[in-house]
Amino acid sequence: MNVVSSMPSIRSREIKIVHDIPINKTLKFWEGLKQGKIYGTKCIKCGQIQFPPNVDCADCLSKELEWVELSNEAEIETFTHVVVRPTTFLQQRPYTVAIGKLKEGVKVLAWLTGFRLSEIKVGLKVKLVAKIGSEGTPTYEFVPLEQT
Amino acid sequence: MKKVAVIGAGNSKFGVRNDVNIAELAFEAVKPCLEDANAAAKDIQFVALGSVGAGAWYEELLPAVVTGEYCGLTGAGLVRCEAACASGSAAFFTAYSAIASGQADITMALGVEKMREIDNATSMEWIGRAGYYMWEFHNFGMTFPAYYAMYATAHMAKFGTTEEDLALVAVKNHKYGSMNPNAHLQNKVTVDDVLSSMVIASPLKLYDCCPLTDGASALVLASEEKVKELGIDTPIWVAGIGYSSGTANLSKRPDFVGLESSVSASKMAHKMANTAPDQLDFAEVHDCFTIAEILAYEDIGLCRKGEGVKLLREGQTEIGGKIPVNMDGGLKAKGHPIGATGCAMIYELTKQLREETVERSRQVPLKNYIGLAHNVGGTGHYCYVTILRR
Repeated sequence: MNVVSSMPSIRSREIKIVHDIPINKTLKFWEGLKQGKIYGTKCIKCGQIQFPPNVDCADCLSKELEWVELSNEAEIETFTHVVVRPTTFLQQRPYTVAIGKLKEGVKVLAWLTGFRLSEIKVGLKVKLVAKIGSEGTPTYEFVPLEQT
Repeated sequence: MKKVAVIGAGNSKFGVRNDVNIAELAFEAVKPCLEDANAAAKDIQFVALGSVGAGAWYEELLPAVVTGEYCGLTGAGLVRCEAACASGSAAFFTAYSAIASGQADITMALGVEKMREIDNATSMEWIGRAGYYMWEFHNFGMTFPAYYAMYATAHMAKFGTTEEDLALVAVKNHKYGSMNPNAHLQNKVTVDDVLSSMVIASPLKLYDCCPLTDGASALVLASEEKVKELGIDTPIWVAGIGYSSGTANLSKRPDFVGLESSVSASKMAHKMANTAPDQLDFAEVHDCFTIAEILAYEDIGLCRKGEGVKLLREGQTEIGGKIPVNMDGGLKAKGHPIGATGCAMIYELTKQLREETVERSRQVPLKNYIGLAHNVGGTGHYCYVTILRR
């Protein structure tokens, strides 16, 4: 890391922080991505569908939820092309992030690929697909409808 | 509830302050603030500190105790408040509540932030994580400009707002920032300067974004009895405070053309103050990005939804217009030391309402002697609105 101060300074002791984030309760979702499926959750009591897939219902506080596979048609509500990236994304090329609304009414934030930036408009119809990201981790992306 | 007044205000120079550490920076606001209030550090019964980057952007994990000791405030009740970029207003609300409840007579709200001890890419990382790390950062690398860019894209698509309109916010705020010696950025900019600056997260460019700033701001608050006891000439009364919050995931929001938390917090503050937006003489609004100022005009009722750019194009939010906004340069030019910003907004309201802003060129004309501070945390994740009246 470069020294950022032009004034007299001393360097703090260095620490490296990595968290092990629990996915025990959402394992079905992460495993589903590897099989090309995107799951949300549905509250058995109030019927609310949730994405991201919470295992507890924020609407009625029920703990009784079931896994439901989500449709893959989405309409883009907004987007941005990220040029100046965070430090852990510096090895990626600039990327487009979008929020799309699914048929079920839930919205998803994900990368949007396969388009030139000038082709992307609010209202664009796209497909949401599960995939393994370039870093080998399961993820999901919006892609053109015709892409398989 | 007891009446509460702001009786002292102090502000450090904002900017890249690698000449001082967190405690020394806080001292630059605390000392003039106490002198202004005619109070001693030992008189302060409770201190609420707003700061976000503890242990991340700067090295101290417990900035409240570190600055407390350094400024002679040890022994007072002490807490650090986190409401992202609204932490300063959250600290103000905490210091206010201690008096309004009858628990204390004299308290301090202190905001302090150091953002320039680490490199910019790491700053982008930390602030990008300030939403829902798990669902919007981990796989997708959202940044703070990117969150607001999503609102800009949607606002442009729905209301025909243009990149030139966004640039007008930067032009206005840099103009007034150049009159404020405390401001981080002192340069004036043109629409062309903004449009030709590098893209950060489309459609937002470098000059659509506030800088990463170091700074501190402090306020002393007192009960009506204490105001009399200390012989304060011009107490500035807290007329109303409103607060609300928004979902962590942007994907859970109903739309991307306004911040619901701003609408709710503003209504709540006006209800308490028994005021309406058209009675305000001036406002400080949360312009961390140019689009954010336009959203704020609409969300806090300075105009109808979709008409924010009209106010800008007509110059209605400058001195001489319907309601001057961000006459200190705003976050855009004055700078946005995240945890200090809320206190710095209330500092500006206090100075303006006392008509003792040093620079006459940016003193707002006062009719009702009412000003409002609108402070958003994150991307509408938190919102605090504070109304002061002389």
